[in-house]
Amino acid sequence: MNIIIKLLSPFEKIGNFVIYTVNELGSIVIYMWDMMLSIAAYFVNLENLIDQMIFIGMDSFYVVGLTGLFTGMVLSLQAYYAAKIVGVTYMIGPTVALSMLRELGPVLTALMITARCGSSMASEIGTMKVTEQIDALEVMAVDPYYFLSVPRVLAAMIMLPLMAVLCSLIGIIGGYIVYVYFLGLNHVTYIDKIYQYVKLSDIYNGLLKAVFFGAILSIISTYKGFQTSGGAKGVGKFTTQAVVLSSVYILFADYLLTSILF
Amino acid sequence: MIILDKLSKSFNGIKVLDDLNIKFEDKKITVVIGRSGGGKSVMLKHIIGLMQPDSGRVLINGLDINLLKKKELNELRKKFGMVFQDGALLDSLNVFENVAFPLRRHMKISENEIKKKVFSVLEDVGLEGHDKKMPSEISGGMRKRVGVARALILNPEIMLFDEPTTGLDPIMSDVINNLIISMHDKFNFTGIIISHDIAGAYKTGDIIAMLYDGKIIEYGPSEDFKNSVNPVVKQFVSGSMTGPISI
Repeated sequence: MNIIIKLLSPFEKIGNFVIYTVNELGSIVIYMWDMMLSIAAYFVNLENLIDQMIFIGMDSFYVVGLTGLFTGMVLSLQAYYAAKIVGVTYMIGPTVALSMLRELGPVLTALMITARCGSSMASEIGTMKVTEQIDALEVMAVDPYYFLSVPRVLAAMIMLPLMAVLCSLIGIIGGYIVYVYFLGLNHVTYIDKIYQYVKLSDIYNGLLKAVFFGAILSIISTYKGFQTSGGAKGVGKFTTQAVVLSSVYILFADYLLTSILF
Repeated sequence: MIILDKLSKSFNGIKVLDDLNIKFEDKKITVVIGRSGGGKSVMLKHIIGLMQPDSGRVLINGLDINLLKKKELNELRKKFGMVFQDGALLDSLNVFENVAFPLRRHMKISENEIKKKVFSVLEDVGLEGHDKKMPSEISGGMRKRVGVARALILNPEIMLFDEPTTGLDPIMSDVINNLIISMHDKFNFTGIIISHDIAGAYKTGDIIAMLYDGKIIEYGPSEDFKNSVNPVVKQFVSGSMTGPISI
């Protein structure tokens, strides 16, 4: 009997995992539907939207800028070692620019903003949930999705593309600094080749990715906030889940979007 | 009139409310007492629509709250004020903004009128001069009074109090009890208090009910309740370890 139970155990685990995943996805879809109903019923709380745009955008400037700068610098340096072997150092500019615009700008911005703002969204809403502030909002006839989720999700979808462009731009400048001042190569070549190889579609496809990433990180983070239970420990647990899940979904979505868009 | 009709609710197979029936009379304060974890807060959350029953009805002036659409429910909720156990103040807003919050959301009135109303209700609850403080800077008793002020600001017909004196010293408990009585005299609301503070229940309640095993086992005017012969009520009121209530 014990052997049968042991043999069934992995199947049971797989079954539980499937049930959990389907349940989780279903809950997220219901959550998104409730949010859309809130937008339809009350439009958008502009005051909260602007606050969130400042928080996600302007307040994240340094962390996103630094991430872009160092990534661009490292890319330039790494590309140099490979390009030197085959004698194509003039391609370092387009390599840095395309990597930043198509891939690293949107993804790294999304991951940094998940760490900075997604965690904050989940923990703030989670704390409100465990201290009955969400209940208080409902009792005061204020839709918590309208008041808390919608501004955060819209702000993330608006600000992520802007921050991704900023990150990419600073990355390209970082690459330029290394190319010209550390490697001693021709600055005209760097800029000229970027103009030659970077297409407009590279920029707006990167922007589109960032919009999706903004939606993913904010929906998952606010959703996990609303799911929070179990006091301070629960806030920590659900905040971690929010960051981990957002990051994984962003990377997964990145692959899907790259295969569709480019 | 608020009627809970055969209300049942279970969590993980454990029945917390079991065919519960009770009527809350208009303009009177009804105190529902019972053991911690006995379902009092669950009952209160059903009254305001924060929880949905497994079966049974919650009737507010004849309307079944669980059949209302979201917008209708929100309209109905504007008639309610609720004071939470720990105040449930929005911790990103100061005392003034917390009290002003329902006004800003639901009434199109000038900033001057908002100030006038907020300062008036803060004076009613004895918190004049504390309007700029953040919730983290005030004591538990003050937070509850801010909660009372916020609940009263829209002049509600029904006030719900979730254990208003829990966690307070006896003097502050008495302050809160007196505040509930004076606010009831002034605003003439229908009050529902859930508590396990017997002295407070006798002081504030016109009617006292006891919730035990998911049902109302005693219901009546304060004086009748004191003389109850129900052994469960007697044990709870006396605070004795021995008796029919299993620990």
